[in-house]
Amino acid sequence: MEFLSPSTFEDALSAKSSAPEAVPIMGGTDVMVELNFDRRRPGALLDLSRVRELAQWGPEGPYLRLGAGVPYTEIVERLAARAPALARAARTVASPQIRNRGSVGGNLGTASPAGDCHPPLVAQGALVELASVRGVRRVPARAFYLGPGRSAREDDELVSAVLLPAPAGPQQFSKIGTRNAMVIAVASFSLVLDAATRTAGTGIGSAGPRPLRSPQAEEFLAAEFDWQGGAEPSQAAARHFAELVAAAAEPIGDVRGSASYRRHALSVMARRAWYWCAEDYRKGAR
Amino acid sequence: MRVEFTVNGEDVAAEDVWPGESLLYVLRERLGLPGSKNACEQGECGSCTVYLDGVTVCACMVAAGQARGRRVGTVEGLTGGEGAVGESRLSTVQEAFVETGAVQCGFCTPGLVVQADSLIARTVGAGGPAPGDAEIREALAGNLCRCTGYEKILEAVRTAAEREQAHGTGGAR
Repeated sequence: MEFLSPSTFEDALSAKSSAPEAVPIMGGTDVMVELNFDRRRPGALLDLSRVRELAQWGPEGPYLRLGAGVPYTEIVERLAARAPALARAARTVASPQIRNRGSVGGNLGTASPAGDCHPPLVAQGALVELASVRGVRRVPARAFYLGPGRSAREDDELVSAVLLPAPAGPQQFSKIGTRNAMVIAVASFSLVLDAATRTAGTGIGSAGPRPLRSPQAEEFLAAEFDWQGGAEPSQAAARHFAELVAAAAEPIGDVRGSASYRRHALSVMARRAWYWCAEDYRKGAR
Repeated sequence: MRVEFTVNGEDVAAEDVWPGESLLYVLRERLGLPGSKNACEQGECGSCTVYLDGVTVCACMVAAGQARGRRVGTVEGLTGGEGAVGESRLSTVQEAFVETGAVQCGFCTPGLVVQADSLIARTVGAGGPAPGDAEIREALAGNLCRCTGYEKILEAVRTAAEREQAHGTGGAR
């Protein structure tokens, strides 16, 4: 096994281009588990932890450009106002030790349907930036995920950043698991409202072969939401929204939960997310 | 491959490191530092918690090559210099663990001690208030104690935080 350790982004791209089978490693929270358990023996590891550009974030036009390697701890501590839903999701990732290492880029590279970042990225219509020696392209998060562990990323590409639209309303995220820490999602849900365009975005995690959304639930909420005052929804409206979200899921039953439990959990999280967003809206999140 | 970095302030070098090897393996098997424990090898248990460039990480999830040129701090480094009777002095956190009986089988203790040390450094050590129970629990959420001795561990961290605050010296890192 080779250990490639580029210190510039350019070198990282040429390394990935000449060795497309090299496995990128950033925080190691996925890759090292596979190596430790002998599940994977790649020909090469491509260490990205020395590439400074990947650990940077800042404004870019209407977006916040978040480098793929920014650790969750930094997102939680410094980006809660600029990326509310993602910061909420980052706060639920594993433990402090893991949050010090894990990153959104790693989550996207692994593309597990249970990854905590995915529902917020899908709900807010974020862009995933993919780079190779051939150039840079930006893929909507909603089109990035293809299936468990599969994404739109080509073999010679690296996830370089995500681009997050500026928040224009309340953003929520919640996750169901067996503990309040150190837990992989049984199901997760994100709701993002845009007060300027009066639209809503949903993101459904760990309840399908890839992160999903419910356009029907989004349209329903956008039409029903009290954009004037942020009043609580009627019980019937909240219930219908919850049903639409649950119906959009494509869950399987596995050791973490049955398919019907996942749908039920999603409906509960969806309903709560609406109430929480309404409350945030009344408090001025718009 | 050869990997050089610093451990507890000293330059070290490990030879013949396999590229897929973890920092934990290098510390324990190549550098003779068995304080960091090897249990789950998947980041679940926190027994291998060490400092990497000042922040705590699970050493089992750091590829050895990623530590090249970086600063690693292990539980062995928390102990202060020689005491009056020729024994090495325990850190505030270590002392509090001993006094409150926060150690049962002892396997999770090194990881907990490093993680607690970091919490205290980031709170009272940075001039802030002593961490409350919720903050302590959150900070230690990634460290499992299979003897389930969490109450004593909480007590130890509270005690250590109070003492650090009284002495105004801050955490070890």
